[in-house]
Amino acid sequence: MDQLLEQLTNGLAVGSIYALIALGYTMVYGVLKLINFAHGDLFTYGAYLGLTLLTSLLAHDRMGLGLRLLLLAVMVMGLVAVIGVVVERAAYRPLRDSPRLSAVVSALGASIFLQNALMLLYGARYQVYPDVLPQNAVRLGDLSIPVVRIAVVAVSVVMMTVLYLFVQKTRIGTAIRAAAIDQGAARLMGIDVNKVVVLVFVIGPALGGAAGLLVGLYYGQIGFTMGWTYGMKAFTAAILGGIGNIPGAMVGGLLLGVIEALGAAYLSVAWKDALAFAVLILILIVRPSGLLGERVAEKV
Amino acid sequence: MHRRLVIGYSVTAAALAACPFLLGPYWLDVLNNVGLYVLLALSLNLILGDAGLFNMGHAAFYAVGAYTAAILNTRLQIPILWLLPASGLVAAVFAIAVARPVVHLRGDYLLIVTIGLGEIVRIALVNDVFGLTGGANGIFGISRPSVLGHRIRRPDEFFWLIWACVAATAFLFHRLEQSRFGRALTYLREDTVAAEGSGIPTARYRLLAFGLGAAWAGMTGTLYAAKMTIISPESFGFWESVVLFLMVILGGAGSIPGVAVGAALVVGLPELFRGFANARMLVFGLVMMVMMVVRPQGLLPFRTPRYKASDLKAAFGSEGAGEPAAPGAPGSGIAP
Repeated sequence: MDQLLEQLTNGLAVGSIYALIALGYTMVYGVLKLINFAHGDLFTYGAYLGLTLLTSLLAHDRMGLGLRLLLLAVMVMGLVAVIGVVVERAAYRPLRDSPRLSAVVSALGASIFLQNALMLLYGARYQVYPDVLPQNAVRLGDLSIPVVRIAVVAVSVVMMTVLYLFVQKTRIGTAIRAAAIDQGAARLMGIDVNKVVVLVFVIGPALGGAAGLLVGLYYGQIGFTMGWTYGMKAFTAAILGGIGNIPGAMVGGLLLGVIEALGAAYLSVAWKDALAFAVLILILIVRPSGLLGERVAEKV
Repeated sequence: MHRRLVIGYSVTAAALAACPFLLGPYWLDVLNNVGLYVLLALSLNLILGDAGLFNMGHAAFYAVGAYTAAILNTRLQIPILWLLPASGLVAAVFAIAVARPVVHLRGDYLLIVTIGLGEIVRIALVNDVFGLTGGANGIFGISRPSVLGHRIRRPDEFFWLIWACVAATAFLFHRLEQSRFGRALTYLREDTVAAEGSGIPTARYRLLAFGLGAAWAGMTGTLYAAKMTIISPESFGFWESVVLFLMVILGGAGSIPGVAVGAALVVGLPELFRGFANARMLVFGLVMMVMMVVRPQGLLPFRTPRYKASDLKAAFGSEGAGEPAAPGAPGSGIAP
């Protein structure tokens, strides 16, 4: 029972990170119908930029830790958003009207480029985050949950809630939803679709970058290829929840995290990664619209 | 066009035939790798180029073939080249079995599914599935091939074996392109609905394309196992599938000479620029992005087959010659 709860909380923490990344995939797919293969690498950039900025921020000890972390998060999200917009300009905009395959190849190229640029800058070895977060744990009966784990889930949930309210309640959010449903009609209603696309490439990478920072702070170790694994998992999460669907990405991420943690604990650690892919394939065969998606016909 | 193609092949064949006499073992080995990748890229071209199915897990079929050959060779001591049909068959059956439920998926969904399949196969190999694959270390001690009693060991001997296979494959695939099967694939790639409407069973043809491409990849896996004598899961990772995908796209999807050139460039150029080992992947990514803007159809794109009026007369008899809108029967080529 204890192990079950332990794995459950662990899965929720990983899952909330998947969910944050999945939002980037799902929003880009929603508007452009394109799998942004470079998104996983933007997540890695978040982790690396976070490391660099954290090391320099640690020198300024006049500020409190919380304030510094907040500043760090804002800076990382801003910088990764800039990279995201540049990627959109360079790799996707010229191919907006090309066949799908061209855009897919260009996205892969962008991913390879970003990943290797990072390797050239930081070297191929794993990097280690300094220990800045408190190590204490909350005790619930026999179960002790690290505070950091709770914080990861809380931070993700707050960000996702803000995003959800933004997309549902504001004018700009409505424009994003309109562009996702029908670009042509949205244009006729006076929505600048290009601006919407840029906005999506700001929000998605910013959340992905935040996820990268969280992974660095939570696990302490980052590598330049980790974007591929996390990216694939997050994409699975997006499909699981129903791609193009924002609450779906959140549910899918949390669910996948829990499935994976339980699978690793009760089935086999070695097959953990295969489990995520099996979930992906199964969901595409059985219910390609995902758990919360509705429009089946469009997806197959 | 056809004449130019024949000239191009003759010149390439002559240049290659001179290589064993001019180059040292290192460069011959590079050429052997190029040959293996040409075979793999041509096999993927059947699926990706001809049938238009985004398969980014092709390394899985390659792996299934290589492991089939390696397991049968090391456990039952069957000569490795005799295993070519067996490994091709196993890879084809595997491909058809796994592609059956997913082959209807739309373009990029299929891409993601095949990435997943490739990863599952790799993880299965690492985890020593059925206790047969030797885990992360793989299988070693695969015997050398022998042809007509002559044992093949040195790079120059492998050179003839591999490039003979390439020549045979190129010839067969050119014939296939002209066949009923090849024309059906081109048709369904250009317009699935119209193909279906014309009575082409698209699902069956797609599966057949998967099976045939996988069979060829599996046989190439056998050659690879024979050449290396050791195989391990890391040779069949996601990256391998990406590289194969790129060879087909950058060379020119659907075009046999294009794909061969693509394979040669993707394998060969990094060898020439070993000095910039670290930056070459960076350039590679950049080239992919630029190519898709500048020349998305690939270096040597697929040309729509054109038939002369005399060909049609021969095929349909005299009464049909005037009527059909003959030139470029299957659609308008791959470029939009």
